[in-house]
Amino acid sequence: MVCELWKTRLDTYLDGELPSEEMRDFDSHVHSCPTCGADALARVQMKRSIQGFGKRFTASPEFRKRILRRIEAKPRRVAFGIAWMTASAVIAVLVVVGLASTYRLRDRTRSEQVFSEVADLHVGMLASSAPVDVISTDRHTVKPWFQGKIPFAFDLPELQNSEFSLLGGRMTYLAQTPGAHLVYEVRKHRISVLVFQEGSLRTRLDENAPAKELSFNVETWSHGGLRYFVIGDASAIDVHNLADLLKRAAA
Amino acid sequence: MTWLAVYHIDVSGVDPQSGSFEELAMPLFDPLYNFAHWLTRNRDEAEDLVQETYFKALRGFSSFQLGTNFRAWMYRILRNTFLTSCAGLKATATLPLGDPEEEEGPELAVEFVTPETILIDRSNSDLIEREINELPVHFREVLLLCEVEEMSYQEIAETLSVPIGTVMSRLSRARKRLRDGLRQRMTEGSRAEQTPVKNGMNYGL
Repeated sequence: MVCELWKTRLDTYLDGELPSEEMRDFDSHVHSCPTCGADALARVQMKRSIQGFGKRFTASPEFRKRILRRIEAKPRRVAFGIAWMTASAVIAVLVVVGLASTYRLRDRTRSEQVFSEVADLHVGMLASSAPVDVISTDRHTVKPWFQGKIPFAFDLPELQNSEFSLLGGRMTYLAQTPGAHLVYEVRKHRISVLVFQEGSLRTRLDENAPAKELSFNVETWSHGGLRYFVIGDASAIDVHNLADLLKRAAA
Repeated sequence: MTWLAVYHIDVSGVDPQSGSFEELAMPLFDPLYNFAHWLTRNRDEAEDLVQETYFKALRGFSSFQLGTNFRAWMYRILRNTFLTSCAGLKATATLPLGDPEEEEGPELAVEFVTPETILIDRSNSDLIEREINELPVHFREVLLLCEVEEMSYQEIAETLSVPIGTVMSRLSRARKRLRDGLRQRMTEGSRAEQTPVKNGMNYGL
């Protein structure tokens, strides 16, 4: 292999990320080739320097105390000890009895949390001085803007002859996963449409449960592996009509 | 022992199998703050970012899956919180034109005086800080996670929610930009040193 080919993988080698066989080949090459050896040494120096300079910011003790005070009162995750083993038979019975209701309760709690965060995203957009990052009423401008920013594609409806207008879109996050946040308007009411990958939310949502969240009207459904939310202070009929348009566009 | 073993330090993630949120999260406080400061470039904003990260993590701790990487989970929350903040939106809005994953040209051949040699001198810390700060946020974060936090490619991929190939590509481009930037500053520096003294007077520049 000529040195230029070695060089393309030199950083991966120095990060220790090559398969072990290639690491051995690289080791022997770096030992025997003065040019690559010098290059590797220089890059190691660079890594060390960045590592040294990179750890330069430290928080004040007051700030650390403040954070600690806020979190230290929370309950522990208890390790599964021997004492638990002896009591496991009794616990198992209780668990079996309560399992169905517990799961339902947990799902509902998580589901409520998701709807609450969706409402937060909508309110955040309304309160923002820059509610959208791509400003356009043209779906052929807004949709391509998301390419490369989110790991999925979606379709937007044609709004001609409808009372809705598209204002634009922005990237957003829900449960630490990226998604699309589109903003529509109907008679001065702004409506958010949020699209995420269904699997990444890791929550089974009750689509019929929350007709309202913080007095906003909400509609949600899943299609083609994507989870859609439509939320706004417009009437329930408007929210439903916009949801219908989106469903037809995606069908 | 491999050639690398002389400097390689293994850093594994926090074991999430037991303990309270405090026990798991507080050892990450200093590195998270450092990372937040690099992202925001501002002490107050870094504190706000860390505070919000801890609150969000605490709220979502019950949904954290045991057996998964707690460190990557915390960094992901911090990074996503940053990206949706005003500072984050501003930072991502200044991304360069063109495909961010597109490879640039090959590295230049090894030079006698390289950008790396300038770094040996600790007095040049301002220079390296300036260069890292000038990197677009997508390059800055991947470089810091790899070099400062010593995360594996897999862990970085989990933190940034991108494929490993994207991590490698961004890392390569970040390093190239950093080297090119340092090389340019070195050239400018040597030109300045060679500038003749005006009217026989040295202005100390």
